[in-house]
Amino acid sequence: MASSAAVPFWRTAGMTYITYSNICANLVRNCLKEPFKAEALSREKVHFSISKWAGGKPEKPILRSDTPGV
Amino acid sequence: MFRQASRLLSRSVSAAASSRSTTNRAFSTEVPSTIDSTFVESWKKVAPNMDPPQTPSSFMKPRPSTASSIPTKLTVNFVLPYASELSGKEVDMVIIPATTGQMGVLPGHVPTIAELKPGIMSVHEGTDIKKYFVSSGFAFLHANSVADIIAVEAVPLENIDASQVQKGLAEFTQKLASATTDLEKAEAQIGVEVHSAMNAALSG
Repeated sequence: MASSAAVPFWRTAGMTYITYSNICANLVRNCLKEPFKAEALSREKVHFSISKWAGGKPEKPILRSDTPGV
Repeated sequence: MFRQASRLLSRSVSAAASSRSTTNRAFSTEVPSTIDSTFVESWKKVAPNMDPPQTPSSFMKPRPSTASSIPTKLTVNFVLPYASELSGKEVDMVIIPATTGQMGVLPGHVPTIAELKPGIMSVHEGTDIKKYFVSSGFAFLHANSVADIIAVEAVPLENIDASQVQKGLAEFTQKLASATTDLEKAEAQIGVEVHSAMNAALSG
């Protein structure tokens, strides 16, 4: 029994709902007026550090951040 | 082997159908979580020092009851990932931008789960109308006239910059025309939709 639900175009292109929703939110944030735009972008900043493991020990961590140097 | 298949299949289907009609099982949320006394007694005989095991239904909170008469106000909970915009606010009506079109929600609305598209959500309280541009999200309308609306980004219309919207719309329309892979096309299409919705929101 094939499902007859209409599939949204982003789903057929291989995108998940969460990716779609985040893209929409980013587009809206980029169109805000000045003080709100700065607030929104600073709110959404992410910093994280990734370390690959080899031989049971973590190697040097890589830091990813929207504001390099922080 | 396959000669018997139709007989075996039809036998299992008819057995299930007849048992389904005779033992009408209720959903687990509809059965009141009463403890089965015969089970508890036989358990105590076998393991008198241990508590009888709990069943999933004993951990569930009872579903909030639906009032017999339609309430006069709709309770709205509008939340964003970083803030609770409206919490338990009693209003007359909300209009949400569902993918199936603008949906007006009044108290006593049929329980619905609606996916939202980029568009305007308006909250009507008496003569006050508060409008937000919602990027996307979901609206859960419950039987007891409580509406839970969740969105990733929702901004009042005054905070949107019209010139940025026009620029974005032009940029994504151009990207859509020059897109090659499915993914690029999808991203450009999303850009066009969101910017057109913002444009319509600002001018409408």
